[in-house]
Amino acid sequence: MKTKSSIARLLAVLGVAFAAAVQADINVGVTLSATGPAASLGIPEKNTFALAPTTISGQKINYIVLDDASDTTTAVKNTRKLIAENKVDVVIGSTTSPNSLAMIDVVAEAETPMIAMAASARIIEPMDAKRAWVFKTPQNDAQMATAIVEHMTNHNVKTVAYIGFADAYGEGWWNEFSKIAEVRKIEIVGNERFNRTDTSVTGQVLKILAAKPDAVLVGGAGTPAALPQKALKEKGYKGIMYQTHGVANADFLRVCGKDCEGTFLPAGPVLVATQLPDSNPIKKAALEYVVKYEAANGKGTVSTFGAHAWDATKLLANAIPEALRKAQPGTAEFRKALREALEKTKNLTVTHGVFNMNPQDHLGFDQRARVMVKIEGGNWKLVH
Amino acid sequence: MDLQIALLLGQDGLTNGAIYALLALALVLVFAVTRVIFIPQGEFVAYGALTLASLQAGRLPGTVWLLLALGAVIAVVDGSLAIRARQFKRLPWIVLLSCGVPLLLVGALLAVSAATLPLPVQVLLALMLVVPLGPMIYRLAYQPVAEASVLVLLIVSVAVHVTLIGIGLLFFGAEGSRTPPFTDVSLEIGDALLQGQTILVVVASVVLIVALYFFFERTIYGKALRATAMNRTGARLMGISGSLAGLLSFTLAASIGAFSGILISPITTIYYDSGFVIGLKGFVGAIIGGLASYPVAAAGAVLVGLLESYSSFWASAFKEVIVFTLIIPVLLWRSLKARHVEEE
Repeated sequence: MKTKSSIARLLAVLGVAFAAAVQADINVGVTLSATGPAASLGIPEKNTFALAPTTISGQKINYIVLDDASDTTTAVKNTRKLIAENKVDVVIGSTTSPNSLAMIDVVAEAETPMIAMAASARIIEPMDAKRAWVFKTPQNDAQMATAIVEHMTNHNVKTVAYIGFADAYGEGWWNEFSKIAEVRKIEIVGNERFNRTDTSVTGQVLKILAAKPDAVLVGGAGTPAALPQKALKEKGYKGIMYQTHGVANADFLRVCGKDCEGTFLPAGPVLVATQLPDSNPIKKAALEYVVKYEAANGKGTVSTFGAHAWDATKLLANAIPEALRKAQPGTAEFRKALREALEKTKNLTVTHGVFNMNPQDHLGFDQRARVMVKIEGGNWKLVH
Repeated sequence: MDLQIALLLGQDGLTNGAIYALLALALVLVFAVTRVIFIPQGEFVAYGALTLASLQAGRLPGTVWLLLALGAVIAVVDGSLAIRARQFKRLPWIVLLSCGVPLLLVGALLAVSAATLPLPVQVLLALMLVVPLGPMIYRLAYQPVAEASVLVLLIVSVAVHVTLIGIGLLFFGAEGSRTPPFTDVSLEIGDALLQGQTILVVVASVVLIVALYFFFERTIYGKALRATAMNRTGARLMGISGSLAGLLSFTLAASIGAFSGILISPITTIYYDSGFVIGLKGFVGAIIGGLASYPVAAAGAVLVGLLESYSSFWASAFKEVIVFTLIIPVLLWRSLKARHVEEE
């Protein structure tokens, strides 16, 4: 009887010790689009979490990475699962804007901070009680669109045509771009749409050519954005071509080839990390990521999309020590403290820029977060 | 819209329409012979194009592993059936055909560097890698349930389609590829520039359609397929094997799909999942032909191509809506015209 109770006591002590050890871990839930239409963005993000730090100020970090197949319903389901079953302290994701927008309600209800890797400004604007829990790492479309319009005015572009994806990405760019272009007195002479899986854009391209614009902006992401540009070149278009930062990966250069020479696009500085001046603090942060990623996945594989995921882990690494001072991981207090710490991020240099957050701005990038890039000799070239 | 634009759009529509027509024919063929609505038809387009692209990039295409795996599974299935039936003499043949041939192909691929071979040889290699997948998929997925209802076969099709898309992402990655054109020739007609590749697509499609016609009209296997399509039981009583007809029709469908992919990959970027939408447009054409008439299906597919091209000029945002809405009046007209017969 006596031995039995002492064994029981021993087990109880062990159990408590074990529970404490589990509690000490910080669980980071990730949902991203490693398959489906956004896979070309989601795969580098997924690879990045394999490189993310596994301990922050002595605490073990567990990453639980789920795939949402670029599907909004699955993203929401994943978020619920991560919060309910894995008891995560923070959610990172998702890859696309529609998915991230749908996740806001879930994380706000569970009072869990969330860091989105999608671009739409609507994820963090307008700031309200729900969005107080939501942060994001990619630049807003408006920021990138401003860079393009600025470049256009500087290069004497008077008329411009737009051709974009027939989805949220293309529509979002059209809204931002048309607004800013109108203010800057650039006339928009064409507005066309195409699908990611289209085999031909001849119709749209002919219509654009008939309008004779000084420049054409293609609002597409990844290799599908090469299709309209190739069609325009084939039909003899001689004007200036612009792409968006959605194309910033090596596959785009491979598919578009010489038809993309001379194209301009705005991008995060990480795309041209080696060409940045040494005085720029972003250079060091960006190169750290580039070297790590390419060591794991091969030369020339790095993309700006994976860097958004990296920046999210940097945000966490910066905020977690602060939150740990206030509460234990796994508790509601810790999640609240983490949210507050994230909101107070100041002067954090990452691969895409410098974060300076405040209660109204949960992105906190300034103009250092974008550079204009030109495609030259099959490579990205920084334009000064 | 002036005449030049109209001509260019027409040319574009015909090129795409020719590809849709080929796929529509394959869909009609498979449905007529096996009652399978072959949703994965489009995947063969993507597999054909991407296999060729990986060969040209000097990589070993992932299709190789699929071929080996399917071959091994078939060897086990057929082998165990043969053992149970005590037909031990068939065993070596089964193993040789389903494992030996794919192994030989892989060996050949490893021995030569495919990237340096001339283009026609690369095309041939790509076809040899992709086409056998057609009959293999039939053997594993459809033959065991060949007598099931159209609905069950359709469900199997959806499963095969989803599986192939997933495998495609694994093999070829999320980004697309283009292959160099077969010919750099371009003709100037009036003001319009006519690319050699687009002419090639149309000519190749027409040649293939004519060849199919002669296959069905003049060869014994073609006639056997037609007989099966008309009356499955009757054909079987005449000694035409149902599973042979199935294998043959799937081989033809896979060849047509893979070849279409190789034809259009110089004109457009092909992704692991592009095939589905291309196949779907062929399906609209096949529906216009009531999944029965070859000429009407081909004409319907060309109509889809033209409609797509002109609507992309007038209302690019609604292009797919316009193309797929075409089904509704067609179905309406068909259901009003035809006497409805409940299956079975």
